[in-house]
Amino acid sequence: MDIGLKEIEYIANLSRIALTDEEKKTFKKQLANILDYIKKLNELDTDTVEPMAYATDLKNVFRKEELTPSLSRQKILNLSPSNVNGFFKVPKVIE
Amino acid sequence: MLLHELTASKVRERITKREVTAQEVVEELLEWINLKEPLIKTYLCLDEDGALSKAKEIDEKLSNGNKVGLLAGVPIAIKDNMCTAGVKTTCASKILENFIPPYDAFVVKRIKDEDAIIIGKTNLDEFAMGSSTENSAFQITRNPWDIDCIPGGSSGGSAAAVSADMAFMALGSDTGGSVRQPASFCGDVGLKPTYGRVSRYGLIAFASSLDQIGPITKDVLDTALLLQVISGHDNFDSTCAALDVPNYISDIDRLDDVLKIGVPREFFGEGLNTEIKSALMDALKIYEANGAKLVDLSLPHCEYAVATYYIIATAEASSNLARYDGVRYGHRSRLSSDSNIVDMYSQTRAEGFGNEVKRRILLGNYALSTGYYEAYYLKASKVRNLIKNDFEDAFKKVDCIICPTCPTPAFKIGERVTEPLEMYLSDIYTIPANLAGIPGISIPCGFTSAGLPIGMQILGKYFDERKLLKMAKLFENETDFHLKRPKLNQQV
Amino acid sequence: MKYEVVMGLETHAELNTVSKLFCGCSTKFGSEPNTQACPICLGLPGVLPVMNERAFEHSLKAAIALNCEIGRFASFDRKNYYYPDLPKNYQISQSYFNIGNNGYVDIVVKGKKKRIDIHNVHLEEEAGKLIHPEKSDDDYSLVDFNRAGVPLLEIVTEPDMRSIEEVESYMQILRNILLYIGVSDCKMQEGSLRFEASISLCEKGAKVYGNRVEIKNLNSMKAVLKVLAYEISRQGDLLDKGKEVLMETRLWDEVNAVSRRMRTKEEAHDYRYFPEPDLVPVWIDQKWIDETKKTIPELPVNKRQRFVKEYLISDYDAGVLTEDIFLADYFEACVKLARNSSKELSNWIINDVLRELNERKINIQEFTVTPKMLVELIKEKSTVGNAIAKEVFIEMVNTGKNAQSIINEKNLAQLSDVDELNTITANVIEKNPKAVEDYKRGKKNALAFLIGQTMKMTKGKANPKILTEILKEKITTGPK
Ligand SMILES: [Mg+2]
Ligand SMILES: [Zn+2]
Repeated sequence: MDIGLKEIEYIANLSRIALTDEEKKTFKKQLANILDYIKKLNELDTDTVEPMAYATDLKNVFRKEELTPSLSRQKILNLSPSNVNGFFKVPKVIE
Repeated sequence: MLLHELTASKVRERITKREVTAQEVVEELLEWINLKEPLIKTYLCLDEDGALSKAKEIDEKLSNGNKVGLLAGVPIAIKDNMCTAGVKTTCASKILENFIPPYDAFVVKRIKDEDAIIIGKTNLDEFAMGSSTENSAFQITRNPWDIDCIPGGSSGGSAAAVSADMAFMALGSDTGGSVRQPASFCGDVGLKPTYGRVSRYGLIAFASSLDQIGPITKDVLDTALLLQVISGHDNFDSTCAALDVPNYISDIDRLDDVLKIGVPREFFGEGLNTEIKSALMDALKIYEANGAKLVDLSLPHCEYAVATYYIIATAEASSNLARYDGVRYGHRSRLSSDSNIVDMYSQTRAEGFGNEVKRRILLGNYALSTGYYEAYYLKASKVRNLIKNDFEDAFKKVDCIICPTCPTPAFKIGERVTEPLEMYLSDIYTIPANLAGIPGISIPCGFTSAGLPIGMQILGKYFDERKLLKMAKLFENETDFHLKRPKLNQQV
Repeated sequence: MKYEVVMGLETHAELNTVSKLFCGCSTKFGSEPNTQACPICLGLPGVLPVMNERAFEHSLKAAIALNCEIGRFASFDRKNYYYPDLPKNYQISQSYFNIGNNGYVDIVVKGKKKRIDIHNVHLEEEAGKLIHPEKSDDDYSLVDFNRAGVPLLEIVTEPDMRSIEEVESYMQILRNILLYIGVSDCKMQEGSLRFEASISLCEKGAKVYGNRVEIKNLNSMKAVLKVLAYEISRQGDLLDKGKEVLMETRLWDEVNAVSRRMRTKEEAHDYRYFPEPDLVPVWIDQKWIDETKKTIPELPVNKRQRFVKEYLISDYDAGVLTEDIFLADYFEACVKLARNSSKELSNWIINDVLRELNERKINIQEFTVTPKMLVELIKEKSTVGNAIAKEVFIEMVNTGKNAQSIINEKNLAQLSDVDELNTITANVIEKNPKAVEDYKRGKKNALAFLIGQTMKMTKGKANPKILTEILKEKITTGPK
């Protein structure tokens, strides 16, 4: 469960957060510290325990298939950092 | 008594009886806020014009003899992680610094429908991640009882505003104690409802399976009043219960049965400040004197709550916060145009998020990533079930549980910022209720020798907020801790 | 061929609901960019999803129609990855408890039946659309979120297909099933049916298959078939040269008819699936399953077999008729009205009706000639003859009138009046003594000549059957 620089770089990339070398070091230390504390959970044998995936007992919640108005395009685009011709504009995406 | 010192229920009464106009209330409050805001720094955004025009609207309704709502003319502060249409909602984050939502959160709509006046948006730890409000990207809010101390968090702005009479009531959100802990540090009443009691629609998500909006008020009656307004089903939140909402206000002073109060050993052990411990013991005696039976209790898995919480909360947060990418709204890094999309994302998020948020996103993604899911996320989900079972077993024996809200009183600004784990451990008594989904209320139950408020926490069965409020009201009727106000005579 | 090949297919079908999966925005195709979006489908801060009931019902119906096992409950999970067309940077999908698992589709290749196993069927949300400007030096892309949040059904096969023909049959039959049960319009030109293929090769008889190549974003069945053929030869060539086939994701370049490697760095597929906390699970009881089953019509393969047995038409014809459930219904409606002439009706529908539909680019539901009208026309055929019946049919399609009125209006009815035909044939016999003599001497085609002459005089309206009889009789018995 050790967390090294490589792991930090891997999850920083998954997280889409650019980190400086200094930050990598700090986070590595802090996360290692927290993960060390979290190891506490291994004291418990949970082999036969069901996971609690939901915080409620609710089930089968649906909405009726029904049209409701969309937001006006102007309102939508006003929120955006960059737009052109009714589209959101982003740096070039290469497939 | 000055207008701004009144409780929400009292000020509403005076407004609806036409003893004072809503406009006068707002004007007087704004004057006080403008005087004390430089000291306390609770608000990220004050909506003076909006508040005044809404006040006039309500006064007009009243003078025309029209019916008014449950919160008529009451100025309310809202934690800045709830969307307010047309009013900036930042989550105290640079990434949403200029974000103006095009829609109202469910709770915002509800309080507007009841004629409340939204006075402003309060400071918080960025994206509600923190226990001290020091993680705000914009300002540090101070505890009105001691301006060198933190107000608690993450709803620190809301708690401080209510405590300093800078709002008659406030909304906070509680993911691991973020309503109850700052309420206890600021001497307020704060309630986290049962998960699913209040719609989360429009609450900017931190950890979806734990987040719940709750009132922060000057007394228990006001909490009952605000809970009454914000509770109930919402078609826009699949996790919101379709249960009827009982009347929280009627009969609040009546407790018929002899109650059995569970006192969980694990919450009174090592690490608990002795002054808090003795305040709690005194409080329990008051209940005993009123006919309650104390039952010694064990919640054996609660010692794993913090570890469990920091996996589940961060895992959900890492995904919830993925949407802040600079494409559709919010901050976008000003990179040269030839940079690629991945760099745009990574720079935007590096610039937009503070360290605590980054830390939690990293931790959450680690716990979910290939090879770690079972060891972390799944393991934590199982332990979460054990914690929930602890409470279910306990509530077969007792009607409610009483324990401290926090192991210590408000701590000094800057004291714990460099040690995240230490900060996390300060939520040790509040986190279990979020993991189990049960309701909890924090009420003032004393002061330390240094004059800092002490909070008592009452935990209840699912959807049994009514009993919590009655229990809290009984204590309030027997004591006057809730009537004390901070002096606020320090200079900026 | 030297190599054996295994292929699997992931099919994405947009469900034909009017509103999106988690919000009330329209799913209509082809609107102006970003005019069908709201806080929910744009993933604005604070919004939450609530499931469209119809979309879930459609998915359940599809899972049952594809013979899946239906678990006690279905739940939803977040698939986390960054892409600018994905508003929340996670897709609400299913991973741990899908709507359907372990199903199958029976296909037919060269008359042989084969079962293709379905690994799972699950419901998820569609992404938006990313547009790359045409000028290659433009350094930006554009995003339209109109499609974001449209309900999408994903159907994943096991790697069971061993030839291009099997893949083709599977796609056609799957598409037919989805159309039959009415859950998707499967319009490939609108992107509502798309595929991703996986393929790997090995030496004949080898136990272990080589590296798997995935091909994404295939927008038509043709593209799937082309890229798989291309990959079989590309990978075969590599193996021939002793080179390794890389495990990678490729794209089909339609213009140059080649597959090429995706340029975006493959992120080791670390999707960090976890249960979607904003939704609650859906419990599915037996009653719900039984009731859904009742809404599933007879599926194409079964219908085809039944048509062959019941109506004694060829398997090929039954295949054509059952390609479209509405065409099959049309055929059966005709058969019911006409009783015995199923073979003839089948010919009319396959040749004449389909030709007209294709020419007019309409579907059978929009066709002006009802089953009743077609059956009436075929009855009239015995009086007007085949050639005229075909003419009348075209006229019916053009005008929407029934056969009888067209025949009356245009005076197309056959000349069956014996007296009149007697007069005319007498005339013909008189004018063509040589042909009459030839016929008497046993030259059979002389009679055809005489029939032709009579037809000429009656402008083709003479009833050929009566006419032939009269001519024969007249010649053999001599003038009266
Ligand atoms: Mg998928
Ligand atoms: Zn929408």
